[in-house]
Amino acid sequence: MAELPKHQEDLSLDTFVRGLWKENPVFVMLLGMCPTLAVSNSAINAISMGLATTFVLAGSGALISGLRNWIPKQVRIASYIVIIATFVTIVDYAIQAISLDLYAALGAFIQLIVVNCIILGRAEAYASQQRLVPTLVNSLGIGAGFTIALFALGSVREILGSGTLFGLHLFGAGFQPWVVMVLPPGGFFVLGAWLLLFNWIKQRGERRADAPTGVPANAR
Amino acid sequence: MVKGIEIRTSPHLKRALNVQQIMRSVVYAMLPICAFAIWQFGLSAALLLATTTGAAVATEAWFSRLRGAGNTVADWSAVITGILLGLTLPPGFPLWMAAVAAFVGIGLGKALFGGLGYNVMNPALIGRAFVQAAFPVAITTWTPAFAPSRFVELIPTTLTAPFMRPESVTDWIAGLGVDSWTGATPLAMQKFQHIETPAWDTFAGLVSGSAGETSALLILVCGLWLAWRGCLDWRIPASVLAGAALTALPFWLVDPGLYPSPWFVLCSGGLMLAAWFMASDMVASPVTPWGAIIYGVFIGALTVIIRLFGGLVEGVMYAILLGNAAGPLISAWTQPRVYGAVKKARAKS
Repeated sequence: MAELPKHQEDLSLDTFVRGLWKENPVFVMLLGMCPTLAVSNSAINAISMGLATTFVLAGSGALISGLRNWIPKQVRIASYIVIIATFVTIVDYAIQAISLDLYAALGAFIQLIVVNCIILGRAEAYASQQRLVPTLVNSLGIGAGFTIALFALGSVREILGSGTLFGLHLFGAGFQPWVVMVLPPGGFFVLGAWLLLFNWIKQRGERRADAPTGVPANAR
Repeated sequence: MVKGIEIRTSPHLKRALNVQQIMRSVVYAMLPICAFAIWQFGLSAALLLATTTGAAVATEAWFSRLRGAGNTVADWSAVITGILLGLTLPPGFPLWMAAVAAFVGIGLGKALFGGLGYNVMNPALIGRAFVQAAFPVAITTWTPAFAPSRFVELIPTTLTAPFMRPESVTDWIAGLGVDSWTGATPLAMQKFQHIETPAWDTFAGLVSGSAGETSALLILVCGLWLAWRGCLDWRIPASVLAGAALTALPFWLVDPGLYPSPWFVLCSGGLMLAAWFMASDMVASPVTPWGAIIYGVFIGALTVIIRLFGGLVEGVMYAILLGNAAGPLISAWTQPRVYGAVKKARAKS
């Protein structure tokens, strides 16, 4: 790959921030849907999953970026997977050591981080071409965006589905749980609702930005 | 161009019947059913119907404002969805849950797809399926029909505060002085205790159940009137009912003690209401004549299969939603041959 002139990104605030909103892995790129829908049934699950994924993203991104000139192009996917799997194993054992309850709640989805397309996508599109520090910062941004998105889903599902947030009761004992919200369909409903809201805000912003110039959109 | 002469393709003869008139006819046809529901279950049923209709219309108005495409409440379709939804819910259903059902039905079932004419499934049933999944206990809490105090007091669950769990109705029912109340609808009694309610009671509607599903006779009359007016495709209800009866028949012949008779299948639960007013939803059902029949038989057969072998007591809601989902495929399969066209296979050779 050395013969290709590569565009090296300079470190800036945008390297981190665009993962939160402009390139949010869940709400904009619609990647990593499997953990997003599966473990966002409570806020604590969502945050832990987000942090675990962020760790794997940052660790594997840094290592891949550091080794980018030594990994042969032909076997790069296999190499990336080995590196990602290493970090997933670390996370897997770490969560098991910290809280067995959490480990049971997240189940197979911790191991499945290895096939999360956000991570492989970042490795292929960013870490394999950029220097170490920008890669690390960008991975942390994407990880933060993923964590925020999971929390957005998990908090709504937990509040409606069990009347609690982080296990604290919000409505008292007489609360009627919306059973469907902690079940798989609830994940789809809440994700759809968030996407609807964000797209609506974005389109409204674009319309407002167009309006004051007085030039019809099709004239430009 | 000469005024008054219009050159166009067939059909040349058409009846001046627009969306609004059809929808209004459906509303008129449902009014007697609503009146019977209120007479049978009292104030709670009236409040329930008012809530679902009001919430459906408000949701429709809100979404049409968001879309900025004019107000679509005037086409009466949201009113139909609201009334139908109210008729399928238990009479003591908490009003806040009913409002949620109406909001989800119109919002998720219709507005997000682009409004009337674009909905894949029946909006009222989407709303009901959502609350069935969200509040499984409340939607299977039945109260006796013809309670003596039904015009004086509400069923205690009706006015549950939003987001709160409805209280138990057991004590309230015990205080009513209604004889022989087992807390089960005719369908549940048949399914779990194999006791078939007398045919006349289920046909006339002298039993408990959802607010508007009890009287098969009344629904039949109203549905026939609609079919006569040309506001629904008669093939759909006819084939739904035929499909259900024919599927139930062999089981009943083998073991009449265990399986319900075809007559009971037709008159109990929500099958009659669903066949006439929900399966026949003009947007969500196939348009070809044979398509309508296949679709109807599919729904009828599936309803009976869910009732006899499923975990649920009533299956007509899911049967129709599945039928709606299969609708476009059925339509594509049953396209009539264009006059004079040659079959594809022969044209190739």
